[in-house]
Amino acid sequence: MRRRYAVASAMVGALALIALAGCTTDPNVAAPSDDAGTTEEAVEWFDQELYDKQYAERSVVPEGPEGQPWLQYINAEMTDTSAYAGTGAKKACFANASISNPWRQTGWITMNQQLQVLQEAGVISEMETRDAQDSDDTQIADIDYFINEGNCDIFIISPNSTAAMTPAVERACDTGKPVVVFDRGVQTDCPVTFIHPIGGFAWGIDTAEFLIEELEPGSKVVALRILPGVDVLEQRWAAAEKLFSENDIEAVDYFTGADPAEIKKIISDELAKGDVDGVWMDAGDGAVAAIEAFEDAGVDYPVMTGEDEMSFLRKWKETGLTGLAPVYSNFQWRTPLLAAQKIFAGEEIPKEWVLPQSPITAEEVDQYLEANDGMPDGHYAKFGGEDLPGYPQVWQDRVIP
Amino acid sequence: MSAATTGQPTAGQRLAGFGRMLVSPRGAVFLLLIVLLVAIALLNPSFAEPSQFIRFVQRVAPVAIVAIGQYFVIVGGEFDLSMGSVVTAQVVIAGNLIGQDEAKSLPVLAFMLVFGAFIGLINGLIVTLLKVPSFIATLGMMLALLGATLYWTGGAATGNPADGFREIGRGGIRGLPVIEILPWSVVVLAVVLLVAIWFARRPFGRTIIALGDNPTTARYSGTRNWWVKTSTFIISSLSATVAGVLLVGYAGVHPSVGRGYEFTAITAVVLGGVVLGGGRGWVVAAAAGAFALEALFTLLNFAGVPSTYRDAVQGAIIIIAVAYAATTVRARRKGRALEAPTIPPTPSPEPAPQTSPAPAEEQDAAASARPAPIPSTQRADNETKGGS
Repeated sequence: MRRRYAVASAMVGALALIALAGCTTDPNVAAPSDDAGTTEEAVEWFDQELYDKQYAERSVVPEGPEGQPWLQYINAEMTDTSAYAGTGAKKACFANASISNPWRQTGWITMNQQLQVLQEAGVISEMETRDAQDSDDTQIADIDYFINEGNCDIFIISPNSTAAMTPAVERACDTGKPVVVFDRGVQTDCPVTFIHPIGGFAWGIDTAEFLIEELEPGSKVVALRILPGVDVLEQRWAAAEKLFSENDIEAVDYFTGADPAEIKKIISDELAKGDVDGVWMDAGDGAVAAIEAFEDAGVDYPVMTGEDEMSFLRKWKETGLTGLAPVYSNFQWRTPLLAAQKIFAGEEIPKEWVLPQSPITAEEVDQYLEANDGMPDGHYAKFGGEDLPGYPQVWQDRVIP
Repeated sequence: MSAATTGQPTAGQRLAGFGRMLVSPRGAVFLLLIVLLVAIALLNPSFAEPSQFIRFVQRVAPVAIVAIGQYFVIVGGEFDLSMGSVVTAQVVIAGNLIGQDEAKSLPVLAFMLVFGAFIGLINGLIVTLLKVPSFIATLGMMLALLGATLYWTGGAATGNPADGFREIGRGGIRGLPVIEILPWSVVVLAVVLLVAIWFARRPFGRTIIALGDNPTTARYSGTRNWWVKTSTFIISSLSATVAGVLLVGYAGVHPSVGRGYEFTAITAVVLGGVVLGGGRGWVVAAAAGAFALEALFTLLNFAGVPSTYRDAVQGAIIIIAVAYAATTVRARRKGRALEAPTIPPTPSPEPAPQTSPAPAEEQDAAASARPAPIPSTQRADNETKGGS
């Protein structure tokens, strides 16, 4: 009997220990470990050269046709594509990383409408698409399938991850057919063009500078991050974190998985701990839940940065909070097909096609809300498909092709 | 929570009984909960304010309700892995069908309950009639529901339902003294818990436990095994539906709401001392397990522990809790019940504490912990059954 109790109390003790470990070590350990974590992260994801490049690109006036940001480019070095010129309709092969989030879905819808235009124009006969469902392995297999059996005239690749996809993209280049990469990059310059908005650092700079300007030094900002390890997201945070720490803004970051219940819990806990002056997000998904947490706690709205997702823009307008909607230009999904058109025509295109990327400010909200009236909450205001067939019905119904 | 005593009243015995209960598997969760709450309060005194604490209860309510549903499935000897997906599906249904039209709230709510019961019925029939292990059957249902939800929504939230509907999960009775607000979620949780306690004490509730302990005996004693088992899946899907209604109010519509709830619920149930494989456990402890788990996460939030550690913590807890429960099962097999040493090892048809004026839950617990007609020698058979 006695031994039994010894075992039992040892077990309870172990449980309690786990529980207590969380709190007793906290005051001493929390601060240094946070610092250690951040410097490690900064080393890993922060790239001063890229940061400076993107910082400068933010203020460059893009070249290209007025009113068509998906055809504009920043500081471009043009490349000759006359070797690929040809007549007749060509077959495009698209290796897509995934359509697993609202941003990619919106872009995918836009891309299909753009495809329709080019098919009617006789530029592209068909586009065969393979969806890798967020898996590197699947996407490598998809690209190899296209190389071997796809009978492709052009490869369009939206890489799932940077390093893993590089060899497969090189194999596609070796076929001698044009390769167009967009959104996330690869570590090779063999593609004809790499299309992307300015980038994650620019996002981080825009948002952090906004919060720093709107808040007093010493203010507290809660940073809500979707998930770790994705370069475009990590770069957003790396830039923002650097600026926060340089400007005396106390920022704590959490991973939320974009789950609104999780976001609400985090904000509630932070509000229970003390005042929260600002909310920073690395993507706007779940922004509404964050704002509602402030409403439920009965405290003032924070200064907040979300994204150009309709749910955030609507809540922003409704609450009248001080906000900014950074943009990861969704219209870039049109550009690869338009690049294909230029390549088959043998026209010059930018080797690295940097698309404009500018946040939606308080002055512009009304304009974008009006332009996207009737769109679902998961729609992105700067989707850039207003001149395509099917507008606005296709995006309102949001049927994923 | 429950300060139940086992013996006849002398102060010392009461205290000893209370102490024994806290170290026993079904009491340990309360001890853990108390420790966690005290730790949170020390770290952040404002947490102990009634108005803050009631918000905490509001937040835990959906998880606790899911855990209560999962309790019935687990104690009946099965798993329900589809609960998280049912929550997600219900959240999306509420968002899409109600929209901004508040008048649709009641019809859609009725539809959600029917839909929930239907999913549970399908799960149950696949497990009982087609003899597919519940682990696989509900895993399939989880994926099927998730896929259907993603297909229907395109993976994006279409928008939150009318504010009136969301009030259930978000609002409450305001202007109260002390707690300021009594969230509807807390009221719903209390009702669900009371119904669950009442149900577990009914003959049907005891049959579920008997079935989980030893299906052969249950069949010989005239139980319609397939129906009892199927009903546990219906209960769990209905509880997931209720949790979905609360969550759509609390958080809003998103395809990620409900993700991981099935495992959170299983962890909570195991933490509450309910034995995987069925036959033993107390529904109140399962609910307390949910509270302890959420308290743990809150503690980690307050302590500034990165959320990347959390899964590891959850895993460690499952292992420790199951290991702890296993030591008791071993003790029982030797005829020595750890949690109630004053009770003779051979169970009588009516549990011993019945004779004392003990609180209702305690009777229930004793009843659920040792379903009457099963001799202890058959426990070996129960154990080889594993987690089927």
